Amino acid sequence: MRAMASAAATIEPGARALGRGLSTFFYRRSTFYLLLLLLPPLLWLGTVYLGSLFALLLQSFYAIDEFTATVVPKLTLETYRQLITHPANVDIILRTLAMAIAVTLACAVIAFPIANYMARYASPRMKAFFYVGVMLPMWTSYLVKVYAWRLILAKQGILNWGLTAVGLDGVLETALTTPVIGGPSLASSYLGMFIVFVYMWLPFMILPLAAALERVPQSLIQASADLGARPRQTFWGVVLPLALPGLAAGSVFTFSLTLGDYIIPSVVGAPGYFIGMMVYQQQGTAGNIPLAAAFSVVPIVLIAIYLMLAKRMGAFDAL
Amino acid sequence: MRYRDWNGASTGQKLAAFAGLAFMHFPVLVIILYAFTTEDRTYEFPPPGLTLHWFEVAFAREDIWAALKLSLTVAAAATALALFLGTLAAFALVRSRFFGKDALTLLFILPIALPGIITGIALLSAIKLANLAPGFWTIVAGHATFCIVIVYNNVIARLRRLPKTWVEASMDLGADGVQTFRHVVLPQIATALLAGGMLAFALSFDEIIVTLFTAGHEKTLPIWFFNELFRPRERPITNVVAVVVIAVTLVPILLAYYLTRPKE
Repeated sequence: MRAMASAAATIEPGARALGRGLSTFFYRRSTFYLLLLLLPPLLWLGTVYLGSLFALLLQSFYAIDEFTATVVPKLTLETYRQLITHPANVDIILRTLAMAIAVTLACAVIAFPIANYMARYASPRMKAFFYVGVMLPMWTSYLVKVYAWRLILAKQGILNWGLTAVGLDGVLETALTTPVIGGPSLASSYLGMFIVFVYMWLPFMILPLAAALERVPQSLIQASADLGARPRQTFWGVVLPLALPGLAAGSVFTFSLTLGDYIIPSVVGAPGYFIGMMVYQQQGTAGNIPLAAAFSVVPIVLIAIYLMLAKRMGAFDAL
Repeated sequence: MRYRDWNGASTGQKLAAFAGLAFMHFPVLVIILYAFTTEDRTYEFPPPGLTLHWFEVAFAREDIWAALKLSLTVAAAATALALFLGTLAAFALVRSRFFGKDALTLLFILPIALPGIITGIALLSAIKLANLAPGFWTIVAGHATFCIVIVYNNVIARLRRLPKTWVEASMDLGADGVQTFRHVVLPQIATALLAGGMLAFALSFDEIIVTLFTAGHEKTLPIWFFNELFRPRERPITNVVAVVVIAVTLVPILLAYYLTRPKE
């Protein structure tokens, strides 16, 4: 026992000196230290993630053999040709794009009053309440929320009941018989899908918008009022332009999340396909990974275009 | 009247804000309500009666327990991996400046910036090209990839607030790197690590979009749930599981919020 203790005592100074030496070494050669820290995460993301993205790109330049239904590992543009020449495929892309734009606009309109109130008017306590109130539904299980909407939108569901109770069921009838957006019930129409999308991504719009609105200096608003602007003018001329970066950040979320989603269109379903569903179906039952890969390149391209447009419009200048 | 614009919100603005907040919580309440309904085929409202029967039925289902266990294991493994990789990345990038740092930061955020379906199909393409069998580890790999950024964000935010002089002082006083980390840095970032870990856990536990691509024949709880959505019988069981999922994910998220909330 004592021998061990004394052995430990003799080892310790040595280990200590080694520790100090190493510390000094890393402090002096900070590049080496940096590399050592960066290596594991870089290796992981570099191989697993970037490697996968590269594999995706590669697969999209392969094509499936029509007769044997196997993927031919030879570079070709055949799959992309299929993607942009088949009218059905073009329809799917346009339908998804239209939905993403509609959802983004609706989210911006609904999010604004909430973000505006919590960022600029609420007392500190109320502000914390609102932040938690927005964050909780955002983090609540995605699938559970989608499922909840199926219950709400069902034919005998709560929304129908509520509208009938207040005598507005005629409005719903009219909406459902409207061509394009309607359907047999809200749970199987584009209108229902749109509502669910807006609900799901609303917090992603509120939070960046509130962050941007919080940074609007109170003095500018007072100055605007002092110079004789009505509240409405102040809103359009001062508040909105300053909130634009937040609006842009939020819209990137709502736009890209809608483009890539495949759960919502398949659970709250209208008959038409969406990009995400096509990707999922092509890799699964159809076994056509090249076409699935090519389809998933579409949202990447659309998001890149969207970011470029937003940048050109000056959405990120104030950041 | 003009003063109203910066002295307080109008009743209309207040009303709109609170209505929006209520709208966001309403579906969760519906889910909880329907876990107690006596009616198991349609989503009739109001429910004809209330019962605890479905909790009993769900409790006895082996497939639910198996899925729950798998999801918890996957989330634990993915969180551990993300904690390790995300913390290293945060330590590396917090104060350093070098060529390509912006590109590197982008690489860390990319997995959650791009839609999940792209991560999913990309991982699947790689799995197919590498002739791997999808299963437990491919799920973990997928989850860890997008959980890294959660840990990274939490830790780097805390490290930025940690004065560099503290570390230097500790070293000047004779502590080595390990001791400095153990007694100076770790106590400062512990809650950030915990918060990041819990958010990553909640994110992984609930993930479906990437998982459906990488799971092969494995059934995590979200996958079980997803399959159940297309089955018309015993629907309230799905609601019971939903209530459990809400509880399992919300507790860590609330804890994470309290651990990282700004202090006055």
